[in-house]
Amino acid sequence: MIKAGELVKPGSTQITKTGAWRTFAPAVEHNKCIKCSLCEIYCPESCIHQESGLFVPDLAYCKGCGICSHECPSKAIIMVLEEK
Amino acid sequence: MQNLLAPGHRACAGCSMPTVIRLVLDAAGTNTIVVSPTSCLEVTTTPFPESAWVVPWIHSLFENASAVASGVEVMMKRQCKDTNVLVIGGDGSTFDIGMGSNSGMFERGHKVAYICYDNEAYMNTGVQRSGSTPFCAHTTTTPAGELSLGNPRPKKDMPAIALAHGVPYVATASVAYPVDLRKKVERALQTQGPSYIQVNAPCITGWTFDAGTTIEIARLAVETGLWPLFEYVNGELTEVKKIRRIKLVDEYLKVQGRYKHLYKMPGGAEILRSIQDIADKNIAMYKLVD
Repeated sequence: MIKAGELVKPGSTQITKTGAWRTFAPAVEHNKCIKCSLCEIYCPESCIHQESGLFVPDLAYCKGCGICSHECPSKAIIMVLEEK
Repeated sequence: MQNLLAPGHRACAGCSMPTVIRLVLDAAGTNTIVVSPTSCLEVTTTPFPESAWVVPWIHSLFENASAVASGVEVMMKRQCKDTNVLVIGGDGSTFDIGMGSNSGMFERGHKVAYICYDNEAYMNTGVQRSGSTPFCAHTTTTPAGELSLGNPRPKKDMPAIALAHGVPYVATASVAYPVDLRKKVERALQTQGPSYIQVNAPCITGWTFDAGTTIEIARLAVETGLWPLFEYVNGELTEVKKIRRIKLVDEYLKVQGRYKHLYKMPGGAEILRSIQDIADKNIAMYKLVD
């Protein structure tokens, strides 16, 4: 929590893990991926990033909106119902 | 892609506005100061005591973002600093509430890039009609029912208002065309003087469409001719995004809940034809098809 007189830090919303909002989670089939990076560009949560050349969603923040799955030209991302 | 908007912001799942901000900031870079009026953007990215912004960001009131940006620009010039000053605001503050200070900023010629993400109503407060709401769209203040077919007035032509002020760079963009959007932001920031870019940003809550189709809806708006992508430099139309295969407005309207009354109620078919007329007029005016 912030104290009086302190400044709000840049990018500090990261303490809130919005992944808890999710019903469906994206699952990436990396062998189908053509590395177009459209999922990274369109993701509103900025949670898809490259890890050693593979596009990986950060499930701590992914709200499960499904934009990446819908826009993927090679249908490499499917949305799976998540059981918690 | 550099990431200048942190995750963890509270925008709805499937909102296009954070994507717009990410693309704009990616083009503008870190040497940027952003001013925002009250909007979804302000509420979702800065829930106290947190902020999703990585670049300096300031919010004052609903109506004075352009006035604040003018002051920031003058001060940066006084300190001999070459910093990009951006206003990123919604359509409510751009078209209605902040109109006076926008007009002042355009007329005084401050070097500020004004980016309007246009979701066509006051989505933050619960989908009330704004000056940007298109013809016959359902909102909570223009509900479709026995006595009404939705918003009775056409959309305000804000790019024309900016052009009438002699704004040297005026463009429309869409979240579905990221390369085009980035290029336009770069050109706006190189302009000596004010610039105005209006970006189509579908709202999942207000327009009510299927989750995940946000970008597709924005693309359909362009492909049907209802959202022409154009660019005016010094008052001259310099660039228009041509459409390879034009689609009927029906394809765009039938997937949105805010137009579903047009398919059920008497008189709806006539309205659909007049919306097609708006698209046809755009297609002819901007020569969208070769």
